[in-house]
Amino acid sequence: MDAIAEAVPDAELPARRGVKRHHWIVRLTHWLNAIALTGLIASGLQIYQAFPHFGQKGNVYPVPNPFDMYAFPRWSRLGGWLAGGLQWHFALAWLFLVSGVLYVSYMLISGEWRTLLFRPRDVGPATQQQLYYLRIRKDHPPQGKHNALQKGAYTFIIALGALSLLTGFAIYKPVQLWWLTALFGGYELARYWHFVAVWLFVGFTLLHVALVFLVDPASIRSMITGWYRGRFPSHG
Amino acid sequence: MADGHEGISRRNLLRAGLLAGAAAVAGCGWDGGPLLRPKLAGVSRFNDWVGEHLLLSGERLAPEWPVSARSAAMPNYHVAATTPTLEEPAAWALTVAGLVRKPMRLTLPMLQALPRVTYTVPHHCVEGWTTVATWSGVPVRAVAALAEPTDGAQHLRFDSFDRTEQGVPYYNGWDLKSAMHPQTILAYAFNDRPLMPEHGAPVRLYSPIKLGYKLTKYLTAMTFTRERPGGFWEDQGYPWLGGV
Repeated sequence: MDAIAEAVPDAELPARRGVKRHHWIVRLTHWLNAIALTGLIASGLQIYQAFPHFGQKGNVYPVPNPFDMYAFPRWSRLGGWLAGGLQWHFALAWLFLVSGVLYVSYMLISGEWRTLLFRPRDVGPATQQQLYYLRIRKDHPPQGKHNALQKGAYTFIIALGALSLLTGFAIYKPVQLWWLTALFGGYELARYWHFVAVWLFVGFTLLHVALVFLVDPASIRSMITGWYRGRFPSHG
Repeated sequence: MADGHEGISRRNLLRAGLLAGAAAVAGCGWDGGPLLRPKLAGVSRFNDWVGEHLLLSGERLAPEWPVSARSAAMPNYHVAATTPTLEEPAAWALTVAGLVRKPMRLTLPMLQALPRVTYTVPHHCVEGWTTVATWSGVPVRAVAALAEPTDGAQHLRFDSFDRTEQGVPYYNGWDLKSAMHPQTILAYAFNDRPLMPEHGAPVRLYSPIKLGYKLTKYLTAMTFTRERPGGFWEDQGYPWLGGV
């Protein structure tokens, strides 16, 4: 009937529209997050430019920082100067916070968190999945919507989002929220963890996008329309 | 049905593409342009409201640090080309005016005779650095008690004799809640010594609950106002509240 249905073997097409994979809240918050995070990192680099060190003025902390004194290229920064960077950062932080809260609330209320949260019992399956990827184990381990390694990756990134928000508030109001700042080891270290989170986000995103394109490009469509018509329909 | 589904998919893809394009443009050192800049300033004002009404405590004290934690040096900063100084330091007096029942001019000895507060605290700069130093002075609220602000007084404006080469004066606008905080002082001593010209002599505003750019140096006047005063950097886009 249509060209796409003819091009795909019947065995891989359970229904014409594929399988429903992502709720609209998940899709909406995913893309809002992608926009917010891009802008937050770019404006964050602009803010970092004002004092590209960690520690007190003239008394730099001995924390590892390959970007000490580093001037990030202009294309990577957002806001034009410090005040502009701050305005973008403190505006996009709301988008990041609201989309994060909306997403986590949906996961909790729908019960979908069970398909995604990495728990101690996932350690064994995660090992098996890794053995499969290393071609030591021949057959694909059984899985639900996500395999155990995916659960680990997605649980990590949600936790990283929470860490970014909390360290962000810790350096935004280090006196009013002194208990939060103290939790991260004080203002200087909270600012450092906030910066470390950036590079974990960048690393995750590069890997995430690479895997999507290399392993399962059809998953992009499912994150836009909600419907999945790719190679792994059983993982719906 | 299949065709309709395809249409939605394409529209969404197009939308995602446009957003990604916008994000890419935004990444090139862009400040928002005439369309977004006012919106960003609006969000900044909302953040000021959240900071003042939800996050700021008018009474909770900023933790004090031991004197041994003092930094070796405190960066100095002014908008004038050279360190601003007075021609006649003895003639200096702070003007307390605006919506008050008793406007007055307070000389340095008069300020020093008022209740004295001393603390050692970290200084938070908007740039992201800190330094620890000891400050002594009279609480702004002790001076306010003398001048008796009227009910209409909603804000405070602090003026300075620091000005750019073009003659633009430095100044700051404050919310009353922060100004009346017990650790907000008119400081005349730095690290147990009389305030030096590079740190705002003879008297500067100091508070551990604000970023450095809110702490007016080289004070000349504090004025109670109904309307919200701006500020040298605040008018250019820095957060108006500047609280930490």
